[in-house]
Amino acid sequence: MDHGAPIVEDVLGISWLDFNLSNVLMIVVSSLIVFLFCLWASRNLQMKPTGWQNFMEWLVEFVKGIVNDTMDWKTGKVFLPLGLTLILYIFLSNMLGVITNGVVGHDLWWKSPTADATLTLTLSAMVIILTHYYGVKVQGTKEYLKGYVRPVPLMLPFKIIEEFTNTLTLGLRLFGNIYAGEVLLTLLVGLAASGILGFMGAAVPMVIWQAFSTFIGAIQAYVFVMLTMVYMSHKVSSDH
Amino acid sequence: MQSYIGLMTLGASVGGLRIGDMIVQLVTFLILLYLLKKFAWGPLMNMMQKREEYVAGEIEAAEKSRKEAEQASQEAANQLKQVKQEAQQMIEEAKSAGLKQEQDIVEAANKQAELIKKQAQQEIENEKEQAIQALQDQVASLSVLIASKVVEKEINEQDQEKLISEYLKEVGEER
Repeated sequence: MDHGAPIVEDVLGISWLDFNLSNVLMIVVSSLIVFLFCLWASRNLQMKPTGWQNFMEWLVEFVKGIVNDTMDWKTGKVFLPLGLTLILYIFLSNMLGVITNGVVGHDLWWKSPTADATLTLTLSAMVIILTHYYGVKVQGTKEYLKGYVRPVPLMLPFKIIEEFTNTLTLGLRLFGNIYAGEVLLTLLVGLAASGILGFMGAAVPMVIWQAFSTFIGAIQAYVFVMLTMVYMSHKVSSDH
Repeated sequence: MQSYIGLMTLGASVGGLRIGDMIVQLVTFLILLYLLKKFAWGPLMNMMQKREEYVAGEIEAAEKSRKEAEQASQEAANQLKQVKQEAQQMIEEAKSAGLKQEQDIVEAANKQAELIKKQAQQEIENEKEQAIQALQDQVASLSVLIASKVVEKEINEQDQEKLISEYLKEVGEER
């Protein structure tokens, strides 16, 4: 039960450069899986879609729907690849932790990369920074800055705080859901491994919880992309 | 209790801000985004766009051909109507022509009949006249004959009467 993390500190002698090797591994693994899956699913595109091309097109339509819900398609078009990549990467990351948790020695190596607050916050910070970038790019610097004092200048501090809370809630919501799922799964695995009675007691809750985690993983991926588009629309749409 | 301790231990892996992980996450995600955009989303969206255009084109073509068919059918109906009208007109014309011909024939026949009748009447008249003429001639010649007989023969009253009746009888027989 007392799993640690394979942390390497002070890489190359730089005092702030620490790596959690399990994170690095899982980031690479899930990115690779997503990339290979997409490459494989869209390898043979045809006018008449068959097999996985249908799924990919459904996914594109799905994310397109999310974008369309929050902003008009003309400005939202550029965010479609971002949304697609986010939803696939996050969903797959969530699933990796639900399916298996791998422990080598005393270190937890195989888990969801999204069950680490650092990584989800990195993603959410990236999203928020992108909203600012596109806010300036689409609306112009003047309009972007005006957005902070609209409708009244009194809103300025709240608007600035909002940016940070958005970042925190976006990242921590994902992390919390997935991490909680993994904690419970780990406990159930511990119970199952404790003995024959424990195994019998843990089997059914384990199956139920895995199903629930799968559901949560899908919902959280959807919510993350949805909120990304909402924040984006706040910055790029002029009617706010 | 043991679970609780386990949970606390797991908590250790949550904490700590590791810049290295963040860099790896960011860079990996951006690379993933770029690669997917290039190899998956780009071609996929292109294909969808192409299909959309294709479908729109097909629908447009179908609409166009439908319109054309409608027009053609309209034209055909019009033509049929015209042809029917023409046929009707032709029948009517033929009918009226027949009627006229019939009238002509009847009229001509009437005329001819009239003519024949007239001729016949004329002929009858002529015959009659001729007959009367002939009778008159004969009467004259008989009178002459009677007169000559009377002159030729001296006759008494009795004889004369006898003679007259004889001759009259003769005339009557001859007639």
